[in-house]
Parts: sequence; C-alpha cells; structure tokens
Amino acid sequence: MPPVPKSDKLAKAARAQKALKADKADKADKKVKSVKTEQAPAEAPFADVTASDATLRRFLHGLPGVDTVGLEARAAALGTRSIKTTAKAYAIDLAISMIDLTTLEGADTAGKVRALGAKAVHPDPTDRGTPTTAAVCVYPDMVATAKAAVAGSGVKVASVATAFPAGRAALGVKLADTKDAVAAGADEIDMVIDRGAFLSGNYMKVYEEIRAVKEACGDARLKVIFETGELSTYDNIRRASWIGMIAGADFIKTSTGKVGVNATPANTLLMLEAVRDFRAQTGVQVGVKPAGGIRSTKDAIKFLVLVNETAGPDWLDNHWFRFGASSLLNDLLMQRQKLATGRYSGPDYVTVD
Amino acid sequence: MSDSNGRLSVFKTYKLYVGGKFPRSESGRVYEVNDAKGNWLANAPLSSRKDARDAVVAARKAFGGWAGATAYLRGQILYRVAEMLEGRREQFVREVAEAEGLSKAKAGAVVDAAIDRWVWYAGWTDKIAQIVGGGNPVAGPFFNLSSPEPTGVVTVVAPQDSSFLGLVSVLAPVIATGNTAVVIASEDRPLPALSLAEVLATSDVPGGVVNILSGKTAEIATPLAAHQDVNAIDLAGADAQLAKELEIAAADNLKRVLRPQPVDWSADPGTSRLTPFLETKTVWHPTGSLGSGGSSY
Repeated sequence: MPPVPKSDKLAKAARAQKALKADKADKADKKVKSVKTEQAPAEAPFADVTASDATLRRFLHGLPGVDTVGLEARAAALGTRSIKTTAKAYAIDLAISMIDLTTLEGADTAGKVRALGAKAVHPDPTDRGTPTTAAVCVYPDMVATAKAAVAGSGVKVASVATAFPAGRAALGVKLADTKDAVAAGADEIDMVIDRGAFLSGNYMKVYEEIRAVKEACGDARLKVIFETGELSTYDNIRRASWIGMIAGADFIKTSTGKVGVNATPANTLLMLEAVRDFRAQTGVQVGVKPAGGIRSTKDAIKFLVLVNETAGPDWLDNHWFRFGASSLLNDLLMQRQKLATGRYSGPDYVTVD
Repeated sequence: MSDSNGRLSVFKTYKLYVGGKFPRSESGRVYEVNDAKGNWLANAPLSSRKDARDAVVAARKAFGGWAGATAYLRGQILYRVAEMLEGRREQFVREVAEAEGLSKAKAGAVVDAAIDRWVWYAGWTDKIAQIVGGGNPVAGPFFNLSSPEPTGVVTVVAPQDSSFLGLVSVLAPVIATGNTAVVIASEDRPLPALSLAEVLATSDVPGGVVNILSGKTAEIATPLAAHQDVNAIDLAGADAQLAKELEIAAADNLKRVLRPQPVDWSADPGTSRLTPFLETKTVWHPTGSLGSGGSSY
C-alpha cells in the first residue's frame, strides 16, 4: 500500500469552505453507518451473510434505503466548490495521476494501444514534469501490447474481462477471459457483474461469480463494474456495492462507458459512502472508479471534492481512486498548460485519440 | 416608471450572444452605455476573459458545420440575415442614431448601406473561389487545383466609431468565407451589435458561427489574441498601442493578423476583407493520361 496523504492542498482548500458543508445529508449518512454496525459484528465479517441466498438477500434488503433527493442535493452542493490557483494545480496533477487511460473499441489496433501507452507515460511531451497516468485500460487481447508499451514506467495495465461490456457469457468463458488477461500480464482486471442475475434477485450468483473471478485474478487487483446505468435505482447501486465489497473487490466501478448513463456525481457519492462504511466496519479499504462521461477538468475536480468530503483524504491517491476516461486527459492537459503559460490552450496542442 | 398613458415602461436587457444563446456575462458585470450626448441608454454586459474563452469554444464547435456547408447555402443564410435586418430597420436606425449622434435621415442611410453590404457579401460566398482559386498549369500529367478554405476561428475587434456599418463590414466577410467569428463590439457603442445578435439568432445562422461580446476591448481582446485555439484576428477596432500588443500576443501560434487601417466604411468594399482569412488548398490529381502507350479513351 502506498503512503496515504494525510493532509493536502485540496483538503485545505475544501476545509476553507466548511461553511458550505452544513448539510442534512451528512447527518443522514452517519445514521446509515450506525445502523450497519449493529447488523453485522466486526469480527467474522459477513460469513453469516453469505451463508445462503436467503441471508444475503435479507442483508442486502436490510440496507437502509437511499434518500434520493438528499443524495442528489449533496452531490450537487459539493459540485459548487470553487477550486483555484495552487489547489487547482494540485487537483489537476492528482486527476492526471488517477486516470485509467482507456481504449475499448472494436477498432483498436496494436498501433493505437502503443500510442495510448506512450501518452500514458508522457501525457504532455512538452512538459516532462507532468505525472504519468495510473494505468492504461484495454481489451484482454491487447494486454501484451500495452504491457510492452508502458514497460518500466510504473504505469499499470488494466484489462476488462468477463465478456465485457455485456457480461453475457458462461462462467467458464468469463474465467478463461480473466485468466488469459492475467497471463498476458494485466496488473488489474475490470470485470462486469451479471446485471441480469442481479436485477432478477439472484444475488448469490452475482456474489459467487465475483468470488470466482477474484480467485482467477491471483495477484491482479479486481475492479468490479456494476453498470449503474442499468441498475435502475440508487438502492440497487448500494446493494451492488455491498455485494462487490463482501465478495472481495479491490475497486468498485460505476460503469462500462458503453451505456447512456455512466458515472454521475450522485452514484459515485453513493459508492464512496459504501466504501467508507465498509472500512469503518471491517477495516478493509476498497477503491472507487467512476468511468464514462467525465470529460472536463471541472467535472474531475468535482469528483475529487466528493472523494475528499465523503471517503476522506485516504482515498485521494491513485491506489484508491481512479477515473476511467480518455478525452478527460486532453482537457486536463490543456488546463495544465493554461496554468503554466497564462494563455488558453487549444485542442491542436494535445494528441488526437 | 410609467409612461404618460399609464403603461409600465419595458426596458430591454442587452445580453451577450455566445453559441446561439443569450447569456449574461459570466462575471455578472455590466457597464453603462451612453448616447453621443452622454445620456444613459442602457446597461451592456461587461464581458470577462472567461466569456471570451466560452465564445471560442462555441466558435470552434460551430466551425466544422459552417465551413463544411456549401457556399450556396451560406449565401442563402447571409441573404436571410439581410432580409431580417430590413424588417427591423426602424430599430437599427434608432440605435445607430443614438449611438453615433446622427440625424434620423443619416442613420437611415447608414443602416441601408449596412443591409446592402450583407447582400453584397452574401453574393460573394460562392464566387470567391473563382477569383482566388482555380486550375494551375503544371509541368506534368496532373490537374493542379487550388481552392480557398476558411482559416478557422477568427477574432474580430469591431470598429469603435462605426458601430453598425463598420461592424457589418468586418463581420460579414469573415463568415461569408466559412470562418466562425468571436466579435468584440465597439466599447462605447455596443448596442447595435448586441441587437444584430437577435437578427442572427432568427435567420438560420447556426449557433456559435457568430459570437458577440461587449465590454472593454483591451480586456477581452488580450486573452483572445493569446488564445491557442484562435486562428486569426482582425484588429480593425484596436488603437495603435493595443494593436501592437495584440499582434505580439498573436505571433505565438502564428495567427493571421489583419492590421488596422484607415477605411471609409461607406465606400465599395471590394474583396480585400474576404481574402485575409482564407487558406489555399492545392490538390494534385493525375489526369489519367498514360502517355503514348496508354489507351486513347
């Protein structure tokens, strides 16, 4: 585990505006936490919960309901923070270092993956002080190419697996997909849950599938994608988050980026509350990765404020928080150039991808 | 306040025109606009550099569609602008008379000249290629064709004195050739420009093709001249000192610069303002002749 920044400029900037924070939603969250602590004792976490389909269902449906209005209001309120000058520079560099630079197209070629790898290692070739991105994220057959492209740079290679993005394949196929990616050298695996099973109430199937994939991952970190846009309700997102965390996910991730509704501040806030509560209860820290639809620096900074105010500064590190994005990086680089030179940059001065 | 007939008077709130919408300045600021005698006319938005940035984003977004539209269609749309101006002639005569201190008759002549100028430039959209492009004779079996292409996003610093005819004379040629424009209206006389935005919004000109900002010319023009995503700048309304500073800032990304020059706005404009913001694309195409050994068809 890398060192966790205890205090930082973003936190300071955010603290300076505590006045904005007074919020009923916050109090509601605390209530949520205490309720959960009563439900399951801290030692022997969740063995009883996962004992059978019925106990798992009882646990998940026993989770407190989400206050939709409160959640969205809280997410919107945290989006109004004004982050400027040095705090902004810090946030931009942090956001760059948290990006999983992604290409998941049918038209991906080895050349495109190599170009992406080069960009991950040197996001701005005119300024070598720019941090590297956290990882590149590709399909399993491109893992070896990506691995070679980022060799020696510290940039990780993440691979989607388990019949991404639909997840509609037999378990054996999903496990083979995962093992294949790991064997090719993937450091991280992004799996999708079986939304069909989840929505039809077959929680145990979802749980066991995550367990099996986690086992197949070996040392690779596992990110579990819920595809929040297909889960219909916030309550479902909360339940999915808990299934994922109980099953041993290292990261919980909002979406594939392949459906209409992807990461939103509200559903990311909900998942951040889940990982915060999970750590309070079990001591195990789980990362969060919003993916899809985050395109501007402004959006990215809003998410960082959410992280700092909800999960806390322990999560302000690319070991615990990621952005699944591709075009976001260009906007971050343009903003970075603007801060460095004082003049507005343009899309002619970053790569086309 | 109420009129003598007991009606409440309805004041007009002048707004910016960015991306086809009418926003207030992001900064929330306004400044007082007076007529030629110093009487208060209205408050106009005092744009900030962020408004300028937003305008460039809108202009860049609109560029592909506008540059890709056929020249014929651009001509139709610009002619439509002239039609709409004709319908609102009275309003523009009043605003020009107030802003420039002209008599009603003289202001009427200025507005008529401005409308005629839109028509003039509307006609040029599909003809400019004939005078600046064409086939070039080359020593080889190729058709060699040059055609003019728009430069991109153009910042137009509108003339300070001629608030309407001058504005039309610098704006229309820029968009006629397929560029998109960010216009900085005359600092002391911005109202005709802001009203022109209402005409543009109702005459099929796609949102973002023309963006109009009012405020302090130096404050808005400086970030625009340095902006890396602006391709050219027309300095018609900048004084000598400002023009020099802007030209230095514009050199950084090799913007095309049209220097300020004394112009009689009422004279025949010619094509001199159409050509500065054009690039030339030259295509070499084999004629298909394979020489003496090939087929004769």
